[in-house]
Amino acid sequence: MGMTNIKSVSRNTWLTLCASLAGIILLFVIEENFDRFTMQIFKLCAINVILALSLNLINGFTGLFSLGHAGFMGIGAYTCALLAMTPAQKEANFILQPIVPWLLDVHLPFLPALLASGLVAGLLGWLLGVVAMRLRDDYLAIATLGFSEIIRVVLTNAQPITNGSLGLKGLPRYTTMWWAWGSAIVVTVFLVLLIKSSYGRAFKSIRDNEIASEAMGINVFGMKVLSFAISSFLAGIAGGLLAHYLTTIDPKQFFFLKTFDILLIVVLGGVGSITGSIIAAIAVTASMELLRFLDGPLNFGFMVTSGTPGLRMVFFSALLMIVVIFRQQGLMGTSEFSWDALARIGLLPRRKRSHRSNGKTGKERVE
Amino acid sequence: MDLQTFLQQFVNALSLGSLYALIAIGYTMVYGILRLINFAHGDIFMIGGYLAFYGVSIFVMPWWLSVCLAIVLTTAFGVVLERAAYRPLRDSPRISIMISAIGASFLIENLAIVLFDARPKAFPVPDLFGANYVIEGVHIAAVSLIIPVVTAVLLAILLWIVHRTRTGMAMRAVSTDVDAARLMAIDVDRIVSITFAIGSALAAIGGIMWALKYPRLEPLMGIMPGMKCFIAAVVGGIGSIAGAVLGGLLLGLIELMTIAFLPELTGYKDAFAFILLIVVLLVKPTGLLGKNQGEKV
Amino acid sequence: MMGALLETLDVHKQFGGLVAVSAFSIRVESGEIVGLIGPNGAGKTTSFNLITGVYKPTRGRVLFDGRDITRLALHDITRLGIARTFQNIRLFKDMSVLENVLVAQHMRMGTNLFEATLRLPSYLRKEKHIHEQARALLAEVGLDALEGDKATSLPYGKQRRLEIARALATEPKLLFLDEPAAGMNPQESAELMDFILKIRDQFQLTIVLIEHHMQVVMGICKRMYVLDYGVTIAHGTPEEIQKDPKVIEAYLGAP
Repeated sequence: MGMTNIKSVSRNTWLTLCASLAGIILLFVIEENFDRFTMQIFKLCAINVILALSLNLINGFTGLFSLGHAGFMGIGAYTCALLAMTPAQKEANFILQPIVPWLLDVHLPFLPALLASGLVAGLLGWLLGVVAMRLRDDYLAIATLGFSEIIRVVLTNAQPITNGSLGLKGLPRYTTMWWAWGSAIVVTVFLVLLIKSSYGRAFKSIRDNEIASEAMGINVFGMKVLSFAISSFLAGIAGGLLAHYLTTIDPKQFFFLKTFDILLIVVLGGVGSITGSIIAAIAVTASMELLRFLDGPLNFGFMVTSGTPGLRMVFFSALLMIVVIFRQQGLMGTSEFSWDALARIGLLPRRKRSHRSNGKTGKERVE
Repeated sequence: MDLQTFLQQFVNALSLGSLYALIAIGYTMVYGILRLINFAHGDIFMIGGYLAFYGVSIFVMPWWLSVCLAIVLTTAFGVVLERAAYRPLRDSPRISIMISAIGASFLIENLAIVLFDARPKAFPVPDLFGANYVIEGVHIAAVSLIIPVVTAVLLAILLWIVHRTRTGMAMRAVSTDVDAARLMAIDVDRIVSITFAIGSALAAIGGIMWALKYPRLEPLMGIMPGMKCFIAAVVGGIGSIAGAVLGGLLLGLIELMTIAFLPELTGYKDAFAFILLIVVLLVKPTGLLGKNQGEKV
Repeated sequence: MMGALLETLDVHKQFGGLVAVSAFSIRVESGEIVGLIGPNGAGKTTSFNLITGVYKPTRGRVLFDGRDITRLALHDITRLGIARTFQNIRLFKDMSVLENVLVAQHMRMGTNLFEATLRLPSYLRKEKHIHEQARALLAEVGLDALEGDKATSLPYGKQRRLEIARALATEPKLLFLDEPAAGMNPQESAELMDFILKIRDQFQLTIVLIEHHMQVVMGICKRMYVLDYGVTIAHGTPEEIQKDPKVIEAYLGAP
């Protein structure tokens, strides 16, 4: 806000810089000290942060219920994998039918391959958005779900390009801690800036009242397509990271239920909150691992159950239901983290209020 | 293609299409009344199949008793589901209630994995349904003949309920205008429960017949048929029972005939429904038999 | 006849079998304040919706500034300089008072996604400029002290004023007000009349308003059109309208 005084800006800037530094040190410490299994979880957290943020952009900030994310992830994963694999790796994978010649010799470093996976997914999102954004509410949801499934079926059948249901194996393990978290941070910053910009306001106005937004001169259809394309772009990036994290991909991984996993994170965190999505992505990913014991044999002291695979997911789906029914705003509602908000609840020393109080209610911007 | 192959595919399509139609009716009725895509409908279908299976295999009941019991229990389950997961959100934004439906579906599927085991089970098909006939070179499984007949009978009963009884009249009233119906002293909650009961009963019958046709039970078996039947309902015009039947038959026909004529597209079979959906939504968003509804400014 | 800012030529609108508006032909000169009155359900709001592009006419044409805008999209019509408020207030409910106005400035801001997300200096300049403009507009309608409040937390009368400020932020030539005095007491209505005259002069606006408060319409409109069952039954000065037997009949029923 324009009236924030200079002193508090510098305090917040300092806090942000310190927090960033602490984050980098933390990443470094994790990288040095933890075993590979724990590191894998940390990386998955970062990928899920990107996925949750991208789904939140379209569902939370633009108010369009899209269920197509799994498909766009799939596009990103395959694009990145096919561009980054060596010709020898490709030949080893395509045993049923050789790969199309024009793809065989393409071999890019990870960064361009990753950007390309975002661009291909974003472009496809833009094209499908032009079709889908003519629909609304549940029709939009079901049509985007349809796109996701069509993409999966095409991935399964386009044997000479995707290797069909066999999938791709032995991808280079490019997704390091730095790549994963670096991407997550870049995406977060991008999204914060986007939401704070005039475009972000336009997106939110569509969510709040489409007709009024249109009457204010906003090209609602164009903005919806834009939001959908950006969201698909980010899903593509996450897919690329995921491919080189798992090192094995096949079309089944991008079944539309995958979108529901991300939706779970977004709803738990708060539909329309960047902070909420980040916290929930980390919390859900970590607890999925921590609660892995639920799937194994359980010892209640008086009795021991044999392993019940799936109990973990029962827990999460039940949690989703409880949140939807009893606390629809999730963890954060539409609120965001800010140093000022921390100060207000007493976790930081309060600064003197020299500027005019403008009666902000629970809603804060990311500083 | 010769006539014999055509007839063979036609019989198959008719039986698959009737099955789709039966399940699509449940979607269309719930949507007509609550404007809700009941994502869990496909899972109710799955539960119907499993309950019938357990009745026969664990409780060693005669198959007809097991089937009846499975239908009753599944119906009760559908009604409870509506009370627990949808009723508390009736006045919430549509997105919330849709998330609740997705969550409910997710929960039922995961519970099914835990309770029923993720490994597929073989459904015991009674001899009556398992028989095979060959007429003029066309192979016809008994179940393929029984399904369209059962669907037709159920449809007739349903149409009688909706158009000839007071409850049916109340259902039509609620689906036209909930608030006006309430003013006319219609107990909306009761009508919603009845709608879920009917829809779930049809889903249970559909699930059991599906298991007779494809005798393999899996916790996630309801997902794809569920999606396809919802699409059938949208294609026919959501909210319209006749539309759901038309959409179901059409979808069955398109799926099997396309494969029959163009076998190289077999791998794309699961995408047909979605492509059909998107085309219909763009060309005639209200579906083939749907009524127009615009937003009031 | 040249020089009309807005002209509708024989506009019809049919919803299914229902004719909502028929043979709707009005002319509005630059700088005028024109009233549109009629009993409930007479088709007033539908006429607004037809002109501003929310609905497309079944037949007929709408000319604005000499240009045919009949088939243009709502947002393109806004860009050409027609703004409006809504009968059932349509504010952006989860956004602050200030943000509500800022949204309306997006169109005239002339920014692009690249510049805006990277917060380039050129963008920051524009952003600062629209903030100043928005605050000035809020001051104009007396809402400057409430800029951080959630729009829907305002009392009803202030929400109406915010809608007007938001419409003004699109820099219109022609402003449509749909029942601006609804729910106001005589004192507030009188203030509203002064306010409408003030913004007309200050922003060089032409205004068309739908109103039930006869006092307001008669007070500030030099000319008015009367609709009944979608048909324009009278048109003239307030004095002529008051004496017109067809108008009296429409309002009071047949004698």
